[in-house]
Amino acid sequence: MVEEIGTTDKGELIINVGPQHPATHGVLHLVITLDGETVRKVEPHLGYIHRSIEKMSESLSYRQFIYATSRMDYLSAHINNHACAMAVEKGLQLEVPERAQVIRVLMGELTRIASHVLWWGAMAMDIGAFTPFFHAFREREMINDIMEESCGARLTMNYMVPGGVMYDIHPNFHRRVKEFIAQFKRKLPEYDELVTGNTIFRARTRGVGVLSKEDAISYGCSGPTGRASGVDCDIRKVQPYGIYDRLDFRQIIGKEGDTYSRYLVRMQEMRQSLHIIEQLIDNIPEGDFQAKTKAVLKVPKGEYYSRVETARGDFGVYLVSEGGLTPYRIKYRSPGFSNLSALDHTVRGQKIGDLVAIMGSFDLVIPDIDR
Amino acid sequence: MQHMWNFAQLTDLIHGWLYETFPPAWALAFEMIIVGIAVIGLFAGLGLVLVLMERKVSAFMQIRLGPNRVGPKGLMQSLADTLKLLVKEGMTPDGVDRFLFNLAPFIAMIAAMLLMAPIAFAKDFQIWDLNIGVLYVTAISSLNVIAILMAGWSSNNKYSLLGAMRSGAQIVSYELSAGLSILTVVVLTGSLQISDIVTAQSNGWWIFKGHIPVLIAFVIYMIAVTAETNRAPFDMAEAESELTGGFHTEYSGMKFALFFLAEYINVFIVCAIGATLFLGGWMPLHIGEWTAFNGIMDWIPSSVWFFGKTFFLIFLMMWFRWTFPRLRIDQLLNLEWRYLLPIGMVNILLVTVIAILKWHF
Repeated sequence: MVEEIGTTDKGELIINVGPQHPATHGVLHLVITLDGETVRKVEPHLGYIHRSIEKMSESLSYRQFIYATSRMDYLSAHINNHACAMAVEKGLQLEVPERAQVIRVLMGELTRIASHVLWWGAMAMDIGAFTPFFHAFREREMINDIMEESCGARLTMNYMVPGGVMYDIHPNFHRRVKEFIAQFKRKLPEYDELVTGNTIFRARTRGVGVLSKEDAISYGCSGPTGRASGVDCDIRKVQPYGIYDRLDFRQIIGKEGDTYSRYLVRMQEMRQSLHIIEQLIDNIPEGDFQAKTKAVLKVPKGEYYSRVETARGDFGVYLVSEGGLTPYRIKYRSPGFSNLSALDHTVRGQKIGDLVAIMGSFDLVIPDIDR
Repeated sequence: MQHMWNFAQLTDLIHGWLYETFPPAWALAFEMIIVGIAVIGLFAGLGLVLVLMERKVSAFMQIRLGPNRVGPKGLMQSLADTLKLLVKEGMTPDGVDRFLFNLAPFIAMIAAMLLMAPIAFAKDFQIWDLNIGVLYVTAISSLNVIAILMAGWSSNNKYSLLGAMRSGAQIVSYELSAGLSILTVVVLTGSLQISDIVTAQSNGWWIFKGHIPVLIAFVIYMIAVTAETNRAPFDMAEAESELTGGFHTEYSGMKFALFFLAEYINVFIVCAIGATLFLGGWMPLHIGEWTAFNGIMDWIPSSVWFFGKTFFLIFLMMWFRWTFPRLRIDQLLNLEWRYLLPIGMVNILLVTVIAILKWHF
């Protein structure tokens, strides 16, 4: 246990960053050891927002437990729900209608864009530029409006049910998404102008916080954080689910593994997500939006695993059923936790300002880490 | 027409009346009191205006509306904020060095107020036209770092300490560049007196007359003073995403407000000095011997010229703040010692050559 206040015997300062700190975006608590401005050690302390979602899920029915995961990585609530719904569908061997599949992917990609857009603003804010945050929210707001109309909520959408989606899409959905595509295509170059091309931003991120491919693999980094280091880990490509195997999109892989390449990977991913949405929006098939299911679901005895690519990486649901009304045991594999574990290794020897930039580029969502 | 706007008449009137009515010692004391009240009033007024301006400018850049509820178009917002801060408890946390902790905001404020003295707000309207005006400004503006170091050290908070240390390194470094670029104008004018510098620009502002070297000096000056006033992209001392609040983390209520106001007054002062040195201060836009054109320009009151130029520079600084990300501390010092300072040194040599050979217009 590190002494909470004071200095080490080498005369290094020990500082608590968080649980209330502007850069941790939530209640993450980092105990950092500083030698002047240089970070010697980072020790994350977790548990401030632990709600024991896994245990709670054991007492919720197969229809209900899905929505607990909305409260984990709240920025990709949709995609988390998708993984849970898929685990239950595997157990029940449900065939999901084509229309529902397309809607799920559409919503998932919109969520991914919304999440990345928010990350973009927050990352710029961590580095000290305020204005991008508000520009990011302008686009995020459009997606939230789309979600609100079709799902009834803006943040924790709770739209997925085993066998499809809860309601059919709103009549305005098509028009609104089209509007969003047009707007976002116009604004993306502006994002690049405002942040990507900025000399100060490049100086702050290039070569900062390099995570090698080997380290990324050994820490279990996934999502844009892993891919920026060159790990080929996009679940949508590696282990396609839903209709992703039929879609045309690229897996974005970076080389350097520094903060800048993590930034670029996410910027490119937004374009790929937009491309996926463009392919699907005019081709939503007619038909049911939900498979016929029994009123009370009972998943046969067995173990089921499903994984999806959330905005932060590889999200896995491991579901053990004893054949009862509720899951026997649930284990979630959250991307944020593994990504956070690489933080100490990446930050050592960098400056305090870099710590903030690197944390921003990892795109940590604290409820996802603590669960 | 232009005499209506001449402040000299007003000041002469008051001066004359005071010396007629009271013995000289009393008259001088009264004048000092009047000036003091005027400075405090200006200090508060400018603070309010600049805070509101900052919020409106940032709102404009961030596609927001900004304050728009208190008073017409939100004009009373900063007044309301100040009132709120005034009635808040002046808290002194446990474990701080009470004397230094409470003293620091006043030093920041006093340094800012002292800097008001040599600024020529309009034609013949200046508190103290001392013959080493520019030197006085550079000397007093260094006092600010003492307040910040004092606040950071006495707060007994590691964030404050880090912020203060950063700020110390930063202000001391950037003072050099700011000083060198100020020197270019001093070399061209041959005087340290603010009124002389302004008068020397009666046939054109230095930024136009001094060729490219003065332009470079102006750019360096703007960068250096942005760093000196601790504003983004050089807001190392606060850097709220890294150090929460930097040196004023532990401050609240009016003590915080004094730091806050002092920062804005410092912004005003450095921009006013920049406008005076490079853009002619209250001097209207004159072009050489074009008497007709110059005559028209003279119709615009000198105070409008001065405040127009100053607020334009302030707007520039706000523009920087709301568009650029923050530099890292080592990059910040690199920028100064590797680039700005050498460029500034070569630049002042060039300007000296220009001044000796009388190549400037």
